[in-house]
Amino acid sequence: MANLQSEPKKYDVVVIGSGAGGGTSVRVLTDKGIECALIEAGPMLDPYSEFKEHQWPYQVDHRGAEAGGKAYFGKGKPFGYFSTTSGGWELDGEPYTVGDGSQFQWFRSRILGGRTNHYGRMSFRFADYDFKPYDKDGLGFNWPISYDDISPYYDKAEAFIGVTGSMEGIRSAPDGVFQPPPPPKAHELLIKRACDGLGIPCIPNRRAVITKPLNGRAPCHYCGHCNRGCLTASAYSSSQVEILPALEKGNLTIYANSMAREILTDESGKVIGVSYIDKESRQEKQIHCRVLVLAASACESSRLLLNSKSPRFPNGLANGSGLVGRFLMDTVGFSMRGYVPALEGLPRYNTDGFGGAHLYMPWWLFDDARLDFPRGYHIEIGGGYGLPGVGFAGSTLERHGSFGQTLKEQIRKEYGCFVYFAGRGEMIPNNLSYCEIDPEVVDQWGIPVLRFHFKWSDYEWKQARHMEKTFAGIIEAMGGTVQNPPRPGDRGISVGGEIIHEVGTVRMGDSPKASVLNAYNRAHEVPNLFVVDGGCFVGNPDKNPTLTINALAWRAADYLAEEMRKGNV
Amino acid sequence: MSEHVQPFPKLKSLSRREMLRRFAAAVVVAGNCTFSPEAARHVHEMARQSRSQAGDYAPKFFKSHEFATLQRLTELIIPADERSGSARQAGAPEFIDLLCSQNDELADIYTGGLLWLAREARREYGDAFLALDEANQVALLELLAAEVRRLDALEEAERTAVWGENTNFGGFSNYRSVPAGRLGPGARFFAWLRRMTVDAFYTSQTGIADLDYRGNKALAEYAVPVEVLEYVRNRGAGQ
Repeated sequence: MANLQSEPKKYDVVVIGSGAGGGTSVRVLTDKGIECALIEAGPMLDPYSEFKEHQWPYQVDHRGAEAGGKAYFGKGKPFGYFSTTSGGWELDGEPYTVGDGSQFQWFRSRILGGRTNHYGRMSFRFADYDFKPYDKDGLGFNWPISYDDISPYYDKAEAFIGVTGSMEGIRSAPDGVFQPPPPPKAHELLIKRACDGLGIPCIPNRRAVITKPLNGRAPCHYCGHCNRGCLTASAYSSSQVEILPALEKGNLTIYANSMAREILTDESGKVIGVSYIDKESRQEKQIHCRVLVLAASACESSRLLLNSKSPRFPNGLANGSGLVGRFLMDTVGFSMRGYVPALEGLPRYNTDGFGGAHLYMPWWLFDDARLDFPRGYHIEIGGGYGLPGVGFAGSTLERHGSFGQTLKEQIRKEYGCFVYFAGRGEMIPNNLSYCEIDPEVVDQWGIPVLRFHFKWSDYEWKQARHMEKTFAGIIEAMGGTVQNPPRPGDRGISVGGEIIHEVGTVRMGDSPKASVLNAYNRAHEVPNLFVVDGGCFVGNPDKNPTLTINALAWRAADYLAEEMRKGNV
Repeated sequence: MSEHVQPFPKLKSLSRREMLRRFAAAVVVAGNCTFSPEAARHVHEMARQSRSQAGDYAPKFFKSHEFATLQRLTELIIPADERSGSARQAGAPEFIDLLCSQNDELADIYTGGLLWLAREARREYGDAFLALDEANQVALLELLAAEVRRLDALEEAERTAVWGENTNFGGFSNYRSVPAGRLGPGARFFAWLRRMTVDAFYTSQTGIADLDYRGNKALAEYAVPVEVLEYVRNRGAGQ
């Protein structure tokens, strides 16, 4: 796909990265007649060859264990063979390093659409208080925008990508423009009954999966395979819902297999283009533009800025504040599994549903002054009669350690009787968590790599302990037993980056001294540079980040188009 | 057999890619919410095409005596009963053979394990494992299963349900070694064998039907059956 012309044309806008932020940018901008080029480090996506939707495990000779049983040795694909994940926490030839005393795992996707091809599609609005957290408890930082600023764009994003939900009037989970949610499954009804008794709200899930036709997309057919990629695009992905349609309409050129290396500026400090490595020829090439929109993912965008040094920007582009790379955040994760005897006699039925839980629990203690940690978390749940795969019935093997007819009968009896709880909580930004350029290491494209530093504080640790008590309480209220009680030697909290909600490092704010971007995702110091991925996040509320990236990217694109029309950029 | 493996017209001339294309096209054409069952049939036909379990399988990796022992072991771990066939019938030996042919580390686990088992069978019962009667074969495996349980329990006992301090930076928790007895090597082999046999069985058509898994199909809408809701109404929290 690489454009080999010797005098590259000048595009109105070049967008780097094709996930939620980049996909939304090119769709909104090209719809307005603005000519865009999109740079993607991975290949083009062909859903028909890439997606393994509907495949049975017995249709491949390794059953999902991958060649030589890689999955048994922890070397398989991160979410299993059938997932459409094109990337992972480790990429061949593209290392990163981690500073002494830190643990961090950096997940990267390399394909058109990035992580939106396989993500969980949880789509939760931030609450009003999430934008002004410092005002609430003196921790972290306020955003330069309020809920009212973003709310119209949440409306647009939800209406366009399609998000299920119900009107609930819960402050921590603002209502939106919703598609009808699917009905709860049996184990979820039992979980909800337990939660009702514990005062924990349990409401229809909000996922970017359509249950009614939308803009030519067919509604969900309930195969439950969203993470394998959705051939009917009933589950949102930026590739199928935004980029491929924009490509058909025109105004868009895609440079696939192109790894952005450096942002080029002129003497006045304005961006004039991007240099990138064409992976096929392993040569460096350039592309020119009037405006650059960075959407490469938070840390990859930081890396590009830090690697774009010039006499005018000796510390990296747009980094006069020194804040590029700083205040890296992930989501706090902790999970627990329970066995529920009440499910043993349940009549068999199809629990696949729309590929994720049909209920979830938004944060419910946001006014509780007795908590020993700030902020909060939501709970995602699992259970049901899943399609067996490699590792099946591991819990039953763990419980009994049997074999023979006994094992066969135990598996029959216990299939579908396990429930799962995963907490997803807010991390307070801290100055010990950041990324910087490793001075000694380059990747296979010759590009200096990131070195990560990451530290949870007691705030996150105590929150994870609250999750632990809460999940155990729900399992016990269901008459079940906790199957994996926490033990010394366990971590007790996810590793930084493990939840794949890494955000921050290019944050927005009012002051050029205390932030990199303004309230419209525009670099304070570089008027024709925008960053529209999770890098712009000032905090990382417990809500999964993608919907907010969609909304902010849309808002930034509207603003950019208007500035271009006015001749201000 | 559950309903998802009901016969559909053969569409063997179609590639998987073409079937998926047709499926997607049919669903999109049906976009105004009248879902076409025809669309799903393509998928389910594709889904039914499992690899054949030919009777005269030639092992890719194992010697014939090893493969014969493996066949016996897999049917001892998941035997046939009135509801479904055995792991052997469901292709577990072929699955293990394939992966061992692709991975030396895994192959060593199996060749070493099979030779350990052969020696143990002679030591304990004076004959090759395959020559033992079923009761003795089961008794030998039960020794190994018990050793796995013992090691797991020891492991568990070293931990208590109390958190230490924040162990975030202590590195990933590793499976600590606990003292294994004479049966340790056999137990390790048995754990691998059981894990892979269970996987092979329950990812087969036979195993999926045994579980009565009802999903992986295209539905026009999702509903929970009345009898399921009835069950939930009668089984509340704490019961």
